[in-house]
Amino acid sequence: MDLRFTDAEIAFRQEVRDFIAKELPVATRERMLAGKSPTKQMVVDWQRKLNARGWAAPEWPKEAGGPGWTLAQRYIFREELQQAPAPSPLGFNINMCGPVIIEFGTEEQKKRFLPRMLNLDDWWCQGFSEPGAGSDLAGLKTRAVREGDHYVVNGQKTWTTLAQHADWIFLLVRTDPNAKKQEGISFLLCDMKTPGITVRPIITIEGGHEVNEVFFDDVKVPVENLVGQENRGWDCAKFLLGNERFGQARVGASRERIRRLKVIAQESLDGGRPLMEDPEFRRKVTEIEVELKALEMTVMRVIATETKRKDKKPDPATSVLKIKGTEIQQLCSELLMKAAGPYAWVDGDPDEEGGGNDVDVAPDWALGLAGVYFNWRKQSIYGGSNEIQRNIMAKAFLGL
Amino acid sequence: MDFDLSEEQRLLQDSVAKLLADKYGFEQRKAYMKAPEGWSREVWSQFAELGLLGLPFAEDEGGFGGGAVDTLLVAEQLGRAITLEPWLSTVVIGGGFLRNGASAELRSAMVPKIAAGELLLAFAQAERQSRYDLFDVATTAKKDGSGWSITGRKGYVVHGDSADALIVTARTAGGQRDQRGIGVFLVDAKDPGVQRRGYRTVDGQRAAEVEFANARAEAVLGNPEHGLPLVDQVVDETIAALAGEAVGAMQVAHDMTVDYMKTRQQFGRPIGSFQALQHRAADMLVALEQARSMSYFAAMSAEERDPLERRKAMATVKVQIGRSARFVGQQSIQLHGGIAMTMEYACGHYFKRLTVNDAMFGDADHYVRYLADIGGLVQAA
Ligand SMILES: Cc1cc2nc3c(=O)[nH]c(=O)nc-3n(C[C@H](O)[C@H](O)[C@H](O)COP(=O)(O)OP(=O)(O)OC[C@H]3O[C@@H](n4cnc5c(N)ncnc54)[C@H](O)[C@@H]3O)c2cc1C
Repeated sequence: MDLRFTDAEIAFRQEVRDFIAKELPVATRERMLAGKSPTKQMVVDWQRKLNARGWAAPEWPKEAGGPGWTLAQRYIFREELQQAPAPSPLGFNINMCGPVIIEFGTEEQKKRFLPRMLNLDDWWCQGFSEPGAGSDLAGLKTRAVREGDHYVVNGQKTWTTLAQHADWIFLLVRTDPNAKKQEGISFLLCDMKTPGITVRPIITIEGGHEVNEVFFDDVKVPVENLVGQENRGWDCAKFLLGNERFGQARVGASRERIRRLKVIAQESLDGGRPLMEDPEFRRKVTEIEVELKALEMTVMRVIATETKRKDKKPDPATSVLKIKGTEIQQLCSELLMKAAGPYAWVDGDPDEEGGGNDVDVAPDWALGLAGVYFNWRKQSIYGGSNEIQRNIMAKAFLGL
Repeated sequence: MDFDLSEEQRLLQDSVAKLLADKYGFEQRKAYMKAPEGWSREVWSQFAELGLLGLPFAEDEGGFGGGAVDTLLVAEQLGRAITLEPWLSTVVIGGGFLRNGASAELRSAMVPKIAAGELLLAFAQAERQSRYDLFDVATTAKKDGSGWSITGRKGYVVHGDSADALIVTARTAGGQRDQRGIGVFLVDAKDPGVQRRGYRTVDGQRAAEVEFANARAEAVLGNPEHGLPLVDQVVDETIAALAGEAVGAMQVAHDMTVDYMKTRQQFGRPIGSFQALQHRAADMLVALEQARSMSYFAAMSAEERDPLERRKAMATVKVQIGRSARFVGQQSIQLHGGIAMTMEYACGHYFKRLTVNDAMFGDADHYVRYLADIGGLVQAA
């Protein structure tokens, strides 16, 4: 066992850091520092820069267009992006749909979709959840009926993140209504421009537009857009959800939030002194830092065992990462809001430049922090809720 | 010991509940929020008709002679509907200053107007640097002939944009963080020396940033050389009302969650059948009942005469209410799943109000520190 990074890995970290310092637009960084999501254009521009450098898909194998990195390199790379903070490669493309196509897709599908995913020529979105199928994803009802060389899709997806930006959607659909529920599901790729698709915004509690309802009314999907075998889509889904859980650890992102918190706590006064000088506050932050360090080590252990696994079943240890990662992120967002005190009350529209401070009623660093706290309650709900993760653990680890 | 309400109190509670059931559905609330002032004048005049605006004032001054328990009951009902009207600012805070710090003449001039819904008040207290310290005041009050002239900048003045008159803390002597030398002044919101910039707060209410440039004070409330005890007293009374509001909001968030657990089906059965969720909902109930107990303690302590005992009691209230509000608020979202993350669903709005309620006049952390510093509640044997 040796948990230290090698000299080569340390040099690699520096290389990534230098690249980010040179290439990341200031506006993107500042927006992310303020806790806001980068705009569509920011994400696209950044991903293209990464792609030009060959770094758009850290986990992909070389033959699929990835950099062919070791696990340590992937980890370092993601951590540096999160800490910068810079946009991560678009998860729907790089961590969700891409790997499914690499694993289960045909050669044609790989050729057709992967390069465009890497360069973000196509923005993908995830059409899994439905009004009646959240935690019980396999209960989904959206129907796909094969008619000649097409599937005809009817039904509704919901909570579809950034569908308003998307060119393509990957879908779980029911192709055999008579089979056991996991056995009648297929994984389809669908062009968002196909007639019969309607996208309706859902506004979240802090006022942002990041999720949508997507309706399908006799939408024709060519059969060549089926990934894997018909009625075996659940294998793709499980594979994908394991990757999604893994991505929720976001150690670098939490570290960045803690850094930000410490900056804000220098500016924000409490009892006439910087909040950072309050021992109680420092203790709280330190507790989180310790949890984060432990999570970091746990992430590395999970990565290390991942390489030795033969089957493609998701590792139940990723549930640990999902639970702990989201709890830490939520705590960070709460402490940031609290650090801003009553300034955090100003209702800054998260989608607006300047975040609604046109009347200058709060310091800029305080704006939108309550909004992020409200919004981040989603983290323990999506990607398989934290209760569902505990169910998975109870079954897989505890045999209960 | 008696926790029962009197017949009159029960009537008061019922009449407010009835009005809000009628006028404060979720869709109605949304429409009020969109109005230019961010709340409803029509509802306000109905508050006046019901006597809610004159509630805490003496009957011979035009009020209804209500006490802290009456205030608590109304606040709880308003919390259940997460109302947007300036009741807390005008009646509880403004009313508190008038009852405890105004001359009889001033009261007789103002109370009937407040009770009739014709006069709105807001409390301009906090400043950029002050956070939760009521005594941290840089705004100044200078003697100006027979009156006072106010200069400085106040932040997050709740309902400051629609108020007719502002109650302002300002320094008549001493340094920025001195306990002595703070006065409380009444300023006409339309005074040429007053500039207001209104904005919406994250819980859908309204607030303003207010700048005073040699604004003329119309009256002094309490002792201009040492008004802090008055401020403390009014804030303590307000904390009792905030406790009521929080309990009302928590009750609804909790009820909504339990109802949803009974109807939402996943895996072929109601999610309420999962024991993990049952336990969480039971813990929410524990938090809610602990908070409710504290709201009674708050109402009882609001009339405590010893200022230190009262402060201590209210700090205790703030801590429990804040902790309960956080847990109930967060878990009400969690147990609903995605649906409660949406603007279209009421639960998130309760969560947001509970979050802001905790921070008003100091959050739970602030008061834990205060209590710990003064040695806690229980003496060593
Ligand atoms: C902001 C946001 C973005 C999202 N983005 C996407 C997206 O891009 N694509 C997509 O497909 N989906 C997306 N989702 C959907 C997300 O995956 C679901 O919200 C999630 O699976 C939970 O489903 P639900 O909301 O229907 O809640 P429910 O499944 O109804 O759950 C309600 C509550 O019951 C609990 N529960 C359910 N079953 C059990 C059980 N067996 N044991 C114990 N507790 C249980 C849950 O933990 C939760 O607390 C998003 C959700 C949100 C909030």
